[in-house]
Amino acid sequence: MTTDRRRVRRTLLRAALLTLLAVGATFLLDDYRNYQLAVVAAVFCATAGLTLLVGLTGQLSLGHAVLMAAGGYGYALAAAPAAAAGLGGPARFAVGVAGALALAGAVGMLLGLAGARLKGPYLAGLTLALVIALPAITTEVPGLGGGQGLGVPFEGVPDALRGVVGVEQWHAWIAVAVAAAAVTPLALLRSGRAGTRMRAVHGDETAARLAGISPARVKTGAFAAGALAAGLGGAVLAVVTQNVSHGAYDLAFSLLLLVAVVVGGLGSIGGAAVGAVLVVLLPWWIDLVVAGVGLPADVEQRLAGNAAVLVFGVLLVAVTVVWPGGLSHALGGRVSSLARRFRPAPHVPPTLTER
Amino acid sequence: MDRLAFLLATGLARGLVVALFALSLVIIWRAARLVNFAQAAMAVVAVYVAHAITGLTGSFWLGLVAAVVAGAVVGLVVERGLVRLVPGGTPLPGMIVAIGLVMVLQSALGIAFGPQHRPLRAPLSQQPFVVGGVPVLSPYDLFVLLVALAVVGGLALLFNATTLGLQMRASATAPEVSRLLGVRVPRMVTLGWALSGGVAALAVMLLVPTELGLNAHSGDMLFVHAFTVAVLGGLDSPVGALVGGVVVGVLVSLVTGYLGAGLAPLAVLALLTLVLLVRPGGIFAVKEARTA
Repeated sequence: MTTDRRRVRRTLLRAALLTLLAVGATFLLDDYRNYQLAVVAAVFCATAGLTLLVGLTGQLSLGHAVLMAAGGYGYALAAAPAAAAGLGGPARFAVGVAGALALAGAVGMLLGLAGARLKGPYLAGLTLALVIALPAITTEVPGLGGGQGLGVPFEGVPDALRGVVGVEQWHAWIAVAVAAAAVTPLALLRSGRAGTRMRAVHGDETAARLAGISPARVKTGAFAAGALAAGLGGAVLAVVTQNVSHGAYDLAFSLLLLVAVVVGGLGSIGGAAVGAVLVVLLPWWIDLVVAGVGLPADVEQRLAGNAAVLVFGVLLVAVTVVWPGGLSHALGGRVSSLARRFRPAPHVPPTLTER
Repeated sequence: MDRLAFLLATGLARGLVVALFALSLVIIWRAARLVNFAQAAMAVVAVYVAHAITGLTGSFWLGLVAAVVAGAVVGLVVERGLVRLVPGGTPLPGMIVAIGLVMVLQSALGIAFGPQHRPLRAPLSQQPFVVGGVPVLSPYDLFVLLVALAVVGGLALLFNATTLGLQMRASATAPEVSRLLGVRVPRMVTLGWALSGGVAALAVMLLVPTELGLNAHSGDMLFVHAFTVAVLGGLDSPVGALVGGVVVGVLVSLVTGYLGAGLAPLAVLALLTLVLLVRPGGIFAVKEARTA
């Protein structure tokens, strides 16, 4: 019991420190970097949930972008009437976030129920069909704005801070705070009893069932938890870009989220953070390099977008084949082996750690 | 009524191509017990080769043969060069590698050939015959029908009536036992990949003349439809793939004709969800192990 409380306290402390660090960092960044930081934080919300889903329960979702989109649309649908009713500032933001959580949670719950019944390739195929059908859904369902998407009320800097922080910096603060609120519960889930249950279900479903664990409930729960976090990420993106439309949440983006968690290291929250940074910044760097080389306009146009996807595809294959643990495993392995010299590692049954 | 007959006929023609592609998924499932998410991207690579051959020689038929051969070669190279290196045990790494392969192939094709659609003309007319005032199948559709039936028949013969087919099925279901009995399991798996790649390339090659043209993403919707079909008909049954393909083709055609093209992906999604919720492993699934 006491070790459990210590674990929770340690996770919360670490989360608070990292949040403060990120907020402090916003003072060192210019407007565009702050915008990128906000996007990274939003993507991190989604990848943290996805890494638990794929890494711990072994459910491959190719449609995680849909959950982010659900969060964005939920935010827009709730915040716009709130703004029309005269609400502003934190109250409107809270209403929007509640809408994001409700819609993303509902979609995640449905997918989770499907995921509990479906084996690997079938779930991947269903989520793939879902992300491909997303444009049709937003076009056909009235009130979702079709290809234009929905506008999102502008969140300005509060009066008390005006002159101290810029708009982009304020948005980065919102994003970091929301990411902290989304990821910390996931980190607690992962290191606690729920995480052990997820690994058990992934390791051997029949054995887990014999041990009194309900695989269906664990899988649905993992999906729902990841969906809530992804929904918060979608809400952040909606606030930062003041718009939500299906164009941003296509299959390519869904696959990028998968690249982030695989390259970062499946099952690792830190890896999900590294992956989020990678998938936001790497395409930008590649575009800068391509533009800087001075290629003919025709070639440059072909490389735009494609070059980044090529690099990510190669990374995805290479990491899976050569380096199955991902970055976090490769880097974390050294750190933890150093740490192990100073304290004995707790004994964990091998079947739970091997996958 | 005329409209219904016309939509049914187009649905049938469309569905046969989907069925053919779904068959390639069935082959790979039978040979290696996996769903190949890179199937469409691999087939499109082969069709680019075929497009080049058709452009050089001016013959659609040579291109068709080239597509099948190139598809088989792509399947062989991917299996020997990549899939074999993937850590086994769970299906997850294999699926992730396949998705990475999709990203690599599609972006490489986009860089090499640009985003524009390259037209590909078939020498057969796509003007439908008119029977009793109702336009029905075109000569091209009939050709697709014949090809699809021939491939299904050939595969049924191969898998059910030859030693090779028996060995392929055996090495997929019980690799260890098959190896003990003298079956060269790795060779059978490679053969399955090559066969499946050839059939998939054939399907995409037959699809392209009925669409805008060839593009890196030409096979994407086909894959989603074919996956739905494979689930509908069961990944283990060629006849199921054929029937399922026609069902999905007719469904898409009817929804597009009566309700609008925008709803077609939703109809496919709804069908897929329905089938998976009623029969989580596909309609013809067999339980692999007792779980309770």
